Amino acid sequence: MPFLTRLFVKTALVYFIAALLAGLLVAARPVLALPSIVAALTPVYFHLLMVGWVTQLILGVAHWMFPKFSREEPRGHDWLTWTIFILLNGGLLLRVFAEPIRTVNTDPLWGWLLALSALLQWLAAMAFVANVWPRVRGH
Amino acid sequence: MPKPSIWFLRSALIHLALGFTFGGLLLWNKGIPIHPLMWRLLPAHMEFLLVGWTVQLALGVAYWILPRFYTQRGDVRPVWLAFALINCGVWLAGMGATLAAPGWVILAGRLCEAGAAGAFAVNAWPRVKPMAQEASHLR
Ligand code: HEM
Repeated sequence: MPFLTRLFVKTALVYFIAALLAGLLVAARPVLALPSIVAALTPVYFHLLMVGWVTQLILGVAHWMFPKFSREEPRGHDWLTWTIFILLNGGLLLRVFAEPIRTVNTDPLWGWLLALSALLQWLAAMAFVANVWPRVRGH
Repeated sequence: MPKPSIWFLRSALIHLALGFTFGGLLLWNKGIPIHPLMWRLLPAHMEFLLVGWTVQLALGVAYWILPRFYTQRGDVRPVWLAFALINCGVWLAGMGATLAAPGWVILAGRLCEAGAAGAFAVNAWPRVKPMAQEASHLR
């Protein structure tokens, strides 16, 4: 298993645990009368699961298993895969903090950080599609 | 990679790109409001990423890697039907809701998606079996 795949898959596993813990917190809020910021974790919970875990796992396994790109670069451009990893995780982590904090802090900085998070995750998806597209083909 | 898998996976990648674009606009709009109408993108965002990306990717990979009958992957016609139905379904249900189309459009979309599941199962069901080697070992 290539290093970048291990990195994607292990990071995905961490998000998997984090997502379910976030879901646990959301469910515990009404029962334990937790502060309202916890309710704002609902979209964070869902996207930790679907972006951090499911999509990231797919990205890592696709990097490993899809047909070779070329003899010299069998898995496409590694620098681009590193960039995708950094953009996706940078963007998602920004969302994890900025989305709930925005609901209790009116500083516009948090809104801008959320917009930046959107841009980073979007760039990650575009770079992944560009990198993997030529590998989706017959052997 | 067989031809139907190439089509499923390329379509999944297109839905990933579109779904993240809608998600990026939604998240940006949440941080730095652009226009209240942006929220209308939410149903298309959900449908494109849950079904158009994640589910479609699973179908493409399953058709590729499930055990074969010697070298054959069974009758390919229901697989092409599943491809057509899932893509029509995602657009009818996702864009239908986003464009505030009448309820029957969304219903038709969901019907297509259910049909895609059935058609795909027709091909996949008999392929869920022991590999030739394992089968001879079991005998
Ligand atoms: C595979 C990836 C993704 C899936 C399956 C997904 C799915 C969903 C679903 C089902 C919802 C509705 C949740 C609810 O109503 O509680 C949602 C909401 C949303 N998604 Fe995603 N999403 C994905 C990725 C993204 C990405 C990458 C972004 C941004 C860059 C994004 C931005 C949003 C926003 C802003 C909302 C609305 C949250 C709110 O209610 O305030 N999503 N998504």
